[in-house]
Amino acid sequence: MHYTFLMTIREDVEVPLIDLELGEAATIDHISLPPADEHFLMRIGLVPGAQVRFSRRAPLGDPSVYSVDGTEIALRAETARHIMVQRDMVKEDVVPSGDPS
Amino acid sequence: MSSILTNGCCDTPSGPVIAIDEKTPRASGYEIRTVALIGPPNSGKSTLFNRLTRLRQKVGNYPGVTVEQRVGLLAGADHPIQIIDLPGVYSLTPYSDDERVAVNVLTGKMDGMPPPDAVLLVLDVTHLSRHLVLAAPVIALGLPTLVLLNMADVFAKGGGSLDVLKLATELGAPVAMVSATQETGLEAVDRFLRQGHEPSPSAVLPVLQDLRQCRKWAGQVGNRVDYQPHLPSAWSSRLDDIFLHKLWGPLIFILVVGAVFQTVFGLGQPLSNAFQDLLTRIGQQAAPLIPDGILRSLVLNGLWKGVSSVLVFLPQILLLFFFIGLLEDSGYLARAALIADRTMRGVGLNGKAFIPLLSAYACAVPAIMATRTIENKRDRIATILIAPFMTCSARLPIYTLLIAAFIPERPVVGVFLGSRAFAMLSLYVLGFLAAIITARLLKSSVLKSAAAPFVLELPAYRWPTWQSIGLRLFDRARVFLRQAGTIILAVSLLVWVLTNLPLHNGGVPQLEQSVIAHLGHGIEPVIRPLGFNWKIGVGLLTSVIAREVIVGTLGTIYGTDPATHAMTLQNALRQDLTFAGAMALLVFFAFAMQCTSTLAIVRRETNSWKWPVFQFVYMTVVAYTAAFAVNQVLSKLLK
Repeated sequence: MHYTFLMTIREDVEVPLIDLELGEAATIDHISLPPADEHFLMRIGLVPGAQVRFSRRAPLGDPSVYSVDGTEIALRAETARHIMVQRDMVKEDVVPSGDPS
Repeated sequence: MSSILTNGCCDTPSGPVIAIDEKTPRASGYEIRTVALIGPPNSGKSTLFNRLTRLRQKVGNYPGVTVEQRVGLLAGADHPIQIIDLPGVYSLTPYSDDERVAVNVLTGKMDGMPPPDAVLLVLDVTHLSRHLVLAAPVIALGLPTLVLLNMADVFAKGGGSLDVLKLATELGAPVAMVSATQETGLEAVDRFLRQGHEPSPSAVLPVLQDLRQCRKWAGQVGNRVDYQPHLPSAWSSRLDDIFLHKLWGPLIFILVVGAVFQTVFGLGQPLSNAFQDLLTRIGQQAAPLIPDGILRSLVLNGLWKGVSSVLVFLPQILLLFFFIGLLEDSGYLARAALIADRTMRGVGLNGKAFIPLLSAYACAVPAIMATRTIENKRDRIATILIAPFMTCSARLPIYTLLIAAFIPERPVVGVFLGSRAFAMLSLYVLGFLAAIITARLLKSSVLKSAAAPFVLELPAYRWPTWQSIGLRLFDRARVFLRQAGTIILAVSLLVWVLTNLPLHNGGVPQLEQSVIAHLGHGIEPVIRPLGFNWKIGVGLLTSVIAREVIVGTLGTIYGTDPATHAMTLQNALRQDLTFAGAMALLVFFAFAMQCTSTLAIVRRETNSWKWPVFQFVYMTVVAYTAAFAVNQVLSKLLK
């Protein structure tokens, strides 16, 4: 049961990059894209373990700007959706609802 | 690696500057002759290359691939040292053409390239943890390597710091803090190259093919050398608050584009006129020096008229490149790309097509070469096919000429936009629309494919330096003048000869009797419906070589014609062409593929004749149809 509980937390903390709120920081966990695309993103610094922060939205809404190791990189939502990150700080309200206290 | 020499004479603001192993033996007979310069994109590698070579450089292409090859000679060296500027790469995993070229050159497997004796590795110290990833595979090659930590000035100003000596020990290679823009720390390069090094296999570094591992290693090294990242200046972010603002962002984008056009044509026109006066005066001054007769006619009416009618556009072309350079170097161009991305996506194009398409406004040839950053083959071909629709600078001569001759200057939007700038802007929009409609058609039919991820790096805003912009302008002017001195000169000569043949009773024939007139009259039936006369027809024929050639050709034809030879080309055209015909000619040039250099590069990039032939036929058909429609409609309306 203990094991299941841990899994629940993990699933809740690992979110697609696109789910971050403006200004929120996270750590890249993995990229679920075809190897060619994954490799391409990794070369510019989007590697597992890298720090990302959602720093701003482009004027027309979509490409969003993320700060990756101090570099501002713009990604479209269609790409950011496939980059899975670990939120740096677990917020109170994302603790599994199944756990009362 | 026990003894490390600290060099105190460098004036980079960040303390210890270079660490070189003192015990490295001064190798007798081992001289560095070839150095490879490598670094990630945006590491300031090109600026450094320009600083080190001081324009003693040659730009070409690597055989078989489309990667640009830049080779220069180190300025101020005792013996010639060749510097090879490798393409910007993030890793040495041979994944793209750029990386394959980098690996092949570094390992001496590139045909016609000597294996390098040493490597200069340029890393942006403000992004060390990301850029250090490249250090492991490069140093592991075992060549004598000097690691240059560029942007030392920005890094120090932002409060960043690291232990350079420790980093040198970690990497097993000398490390120097430099600033390519401020030209500080560069004497480390001289010292490194002069010293002479034996290639020594590096022991400390693991050969890492896996980027994940490399990144991890880079992070650990960063910790061990007490790397403190600099705080990015607050004003870069504050500027983005404005330039990427929901409302102001797009508004400023439009204003910037508008202002550039207004200045290029508002300020450029008087400059061009003044330049034209100067060129005319030179011709008049030179006239008495040449014996009267056929020779004077050849030199003045043939060659000088032809060449100078193209030279006149140099001020405007330089002005445009000045603004493109300003926008690119300041960092605004990347923001513009971000704002424009939504539009690009609408036509089904990879967002990375934006930068090549933007440079196509200058010239389609480098733009088509720039498409190699697009990994997706179909997206790349689509971008190559639409790039020549963007209004390149070679169209400016004919555009400016016809607009100045046929469109009176009137305010359109107050003082901000006059009718001439508006006409010019419309032509740019027209080309852009043709490009996106073509892209749409291609991407939904023959070149359909899945989208590749769009990634755009937003560099921090910087003050553009005069040297860097000056260098671009010099480069452009050189290319333009070479063109004027070779192709346009040759075409002017040919046109002059054809206007003076066949000899009539031993003398010059009437223009109507000349070979050129026969050629022009030959195609006249085809172009008559577009509102063009035979002289324009000759211009269309010669401009298949390059768009700006038409102006030189017209200059020569009207210059030889006794009826118009005293007039400026503008006045001559005004007499000879209807308004509808002039507008049709503008539209024809907006769409037509009049450029052999572009066709040649498309042939090389796509590695087949299929695409350049398709492109030429398609664009010519579009141009003919559109010009036909414009002439017919305008002639009816203005009757």
